[in-house]
Amino acid sequence: MTTPTIGVLALQGAFARHGGVLRDLGAAVVDVRRPDDLHGLDGIILPGGESTTMSMLLESSELFDPLAEALDDGLAVFGTCAGLILLASEVIDGRDDQRCFGAIDLRVRRNAYGTQIQSFEADLVIDDLDGVFPAVFIRAPEVERAGAGVSVLARLDGDPVLCRSGRVLVASFHPELSHDGRLHRLFLDEVVTAGQ
Amino acid sequence: MTEEPTSSTRSTGSPLVKRGLAEMLKGGVIMDVVDPDQARIAEDAGAVAVMALERVPSDIRRDGGVARMSDPEMIAGIQGAVTIPVMAKARIGHFVEAQILQALGVDYVDESEVLTPADEAHHIDKWAFTVPFVCGATNLGEALRRISEGACLIRSKGEAGTGNIVEATRHLRSILGDIAKITQADSAELFDWAKQLQAPLPLVQEIAETGTLPVPMFCAGGLATPADAAMVMQLGAQSVFVGSGIFKSDNPPVRAKAIVEATTHFRDAHILAKVSRGLGPAMAGLEISTLETKLADRGW
Repeated sequence: MTTPTIGVLALQGAFARHGGVLRDLGAAVVDVRRPDDLHGLDGIILPGGESTTMSMLLESSELFDPLAEALDDGLAVFGTCAGLILLASEVIDGRDDQRCFGAIDLRVRRNAYGTQIQSFEADLVIDDLDGVFPAVFIRAPEVERAGAGVSVLARLDGDPVLCRSGRVLVASFHPELSHDGRLHRLFLDEVVTAGQ
Repeated sequence: MTEEPTSSTRSTGSPLVKRGLAEMLKGGVIMDVVDPDQARIAEDAGAVAVMALERVPSDIRRDGGVARMSDPEMIAGIQGAVTIPVMAKARIGHFVEAQILQALGVDYVDESEVLTPADEAHHIDKWAFTVPFVCGATNLGEALRRISEGACLIRSKGEAGTGNIVEATRHLRSILGDIAKITQADSAELFDWAKQLQAPLPLVQEIAETGTLPVPMFCAGGLATPADAAMVMQLGAQSVFVGSGIFKSDNPPVRAKAIVEATTHFRDAHILAKVSRGLGPAMAGLEISTLETKLADRGW
């Protein structure tokens, strides 16, 4: 595959920053706001933002069901922060009407690290990446349990922060803010291309 | 799995962390709320954050008197009612109000011209805080002065509490127009730009290189309809603040959700037509020439 086409869910949040990183890596980027935008994608990123807002807009934009179907059919996906919450199978401290895709067997707790004052930067050691990755955690969710089929690629003080299950990659931090494209590269090379 | 350190070093309050939350709020609507019930309505409608304040700007305008930081009890009540970020306002230059808001754990402090200024010469030194700040600006020089003081998010001021979009339009066009001109200037002209704008040269040089402000820019002040939100987004705002426009309208829950959808689909006129239908009367609004006090003139 020469130029992968990657959608970025653009309902709200840090979608433009993801698009910038992907373009720098040579991918074609499609902002996804309507069901038609899902056609022809090799992968999709669910960005950080407010998961409650995105959940509402997924419904009102008639995107929830077609995106769930695409994920069921094996569309490669990378969810960061709020995107991780949307992909998880179980969400604690969310809203009762918040719908998630259940694409990866994780139990996550929203805002587990506290308010913005407790948001932080930390260097992570990530499987298969040299050196450390400078990670930014903003009002981040915490993965409380990872299912049997889930590989944990990085931890912070014991908690999983980067996980993969088949075609689903999730991070509780924001690689799009780090000026380091290695995790997006890993998504394109290992998750998107691997399924072609 | 590679060997990991036993305990991580976590660094809080860095510019990247403070600006990072503003990145997460992009494409969203931040709504003024005065009690937990309004905060819940805002969250239900899809707000990305709420701004906790005692009176919405149109009431401050009507009632007069000195407008100050809200009662911490009221802010804590709103923090307890929602899961989305909670912002709160401090008076311009009132660094102790900001210290109190940080101690309360609010997610953003708005050093706001909507409240009565506490200092006629100095804004708060925002670098001294872990909590990030948003500040208003009417032009690019004002925006860059606020950024040099440590603001992590700029909102064009508009004229709060009027339901009249014209000032927001003026301020946005002024800021974005000057940014566009600076990207066309040669290196010698940047010194003059810095002088004209009364702004630090390195920030002007950064704009010349990147073509954008160093921090996100949202729009505030006078938005009352989904079309208003979509217009300022098309002009180049990255999110919108809506104050009196929601809870001074006839049907706040429905209008709030419509403005959220319009902010996401701001270029899709068919969706804008759909969400604009049947919202009931918007807030009445004020003609700018009739105002006794222009809030946007506060700040220096």
